Amino acid sequence: MVIRDWRLPRVSAALIFGASLGLAGAIFQNVTRNALGSPDVIGLDAGAYTGALVAITVLSGTSVQLAVGSVAGGLLAAAVIYVLSLKAGISGMRLVVIGIAVNAILMAVNSWIELRAELEVAIAASGWSAGSLNGVDWDEVRLPFLIIGGLMLALLGLSHAMHQAALGDELATTSGVSLNRLRPLIVLVGVGCTATVTAVAGPIVFIALAAPQIGRRLAGAAGVPLLPAALTGAVLLLAADLVAQLLLAPVALPVGVVTTAIGGCYLIWLLAKEVRRP
Amino acid sequence: MTSRLAAQDITLAYGDRIVSSHVSLNIMDGAFTAIVGPNACGKSTLLKAFVRLLTPTAGTVTFDGRDVSAYKPKALAREVGFLPQGLVAPEGIAVRRLVARGRYPHQSPLSTWSAADERAVTEAMAAAGVSDLAGRPVEELSGGQRQRVWVAMVLAQETRYLLLDEPTTFLDITHQYELLRLFARLRDEGRTVIAVLHDINQACRFADHLVAMRDGHIVAQGAPADIVDAALMRKVFDLPSIVVPDPAAGTPMVIPTP
Repeated sequence: MVIRDWRLPRVSAALIFGASLGLAGAIFQNVTRNALGSPDVIGLDAGAYTGALVAITVLSGTSVQLAVGSVAGGLLAAAVIYVLSLKAGISGMRLVVIGIAVNAILMAVNSWIELRAELEVAIAASGWSAGSLNGVDWDEVRLPFLIIGGLMLALLGLSHAMHQAALGDELATTSGVSLNRLRPLIVLVGVGCTATVTAVAGPIVFIALAAPQIGRRLAGAAGVPLLPAALTGAVLLLAADLVAQLLLAPVALPVGVVTTAIGGCYLIWLLAKEVRRP
Repeated sequence: MTSRLAAQDITLAYGDRIVSSHVSLNIMDGAFTAIVGPNACGKSTLLKAFVRLLTPTAGTVTFDGRDVSAYKPKALAREVGFLPQGLVAPEGIAVRRLVARGRYPHQSPLSTWSAADERAVTEAMAAAGVSDLAGRPVEELSGGQRQRVWVAMVLAQETRYLLLDEPTTFLDITHQYELLRLFARLRDEGRTVIAVLHDINQACRFADHLVAMRDGHIVAQGAPADIVDAALMRKVFDLPSIVVPDPAAGTPMVIPTP
């Protein structure tokens, strides 16, 4: 009973959400051709969270509204970053720096919404804003699991072209990739992967950033492959969630606190490495 | 002379900046064409129009009489291959895996690796002389080896037409000649090669057809022996020179005068 209704939904949520975040990270690191071009760094998670907050505070906050709100928020953030970095091309450090700025602005917006909101809503939202799997049950995860499954299937059809696009725009185009068709689809799937998780569990950072790179090294594969990213993401989030539950037991920390703490250190190291790169 | 790939009266621009206007060029089938000219004369830009990386603002580029933009991306990519400048390989990729990426236009999203893919990759690597490097990570290779790997990748695409944007730039002289001999051999095997080259003497020695450009226009074109003389060098490069027969190959050799 306890296992089936409490533990199992939580474990499967950690695994599937982790995989979804890992995939989102791999997608955007491929598109931007940069290890820092991850949805949690460039503000897509924050945008998804803004969308979800609007769904809670302005609308009634049903799970469908939350899902739609987060996807719309994530896409809007992606569109803003895309337009701002259009001039220098979508790959490279410029997009990442703009994304980090957008992320900061959106975090401020999110705090402002939380402050302005009704007390009960704000308390619920602020617990959730740390990113948490506490109290997840089957009813909550059924729809997200279905959506993530669909996105994974869509990704299966796009991955060949996505990896070819990692050769650079020119070579991708002249070897037969239709970038104008691929890019919007792949961004839609990537935002979907991260926003769906955000809608249920709040923004869980670090998994999307780190899983693709760790997975790539473990698998010894080239570029930013999808399957190792998904598997690593699943394991990372499960491990982080266990740490969150056990670290200050009996108080269960939101898993986002754990991933943020680890992720912050990793991000500093990655930034230093990328900036030094010629 | 037959020509399947041709530009008719095209105007090329990046945004508002017009690079070339009213340029026409028929690519000679089965020949090695070299495009030469000073920096920023529009030679790379012209090449990009042929592989539709740049859409002309006026005029058309056609393949078999049909506008290249009307082709499905993969269909055109099976006919015309392109090697751009400044390529960066995905991190950690091995040589053979990178060469295999050239097979993309021959595959469908869910198709498995076929015997034809296997053969094309093996042949391309042998032709470019990189068979020995198959398992090595691309980032560990020297500049010359790396460039040959990229050439192998485009060869694996198995296109009749090969367009190369400054393929020999940044290589030492030995590797430059190695690559040029490879392109000449591919031409001998029936492919059509079009390359933007910087060294006029190399262009004269290896190309069947020379296209000299300046300020976005084609100043002269023809067999090197027919068109290269001191007057052309002055017109295209502002370079005072004498032109003598290359003692090794008999083709024109440009020697700048002091």
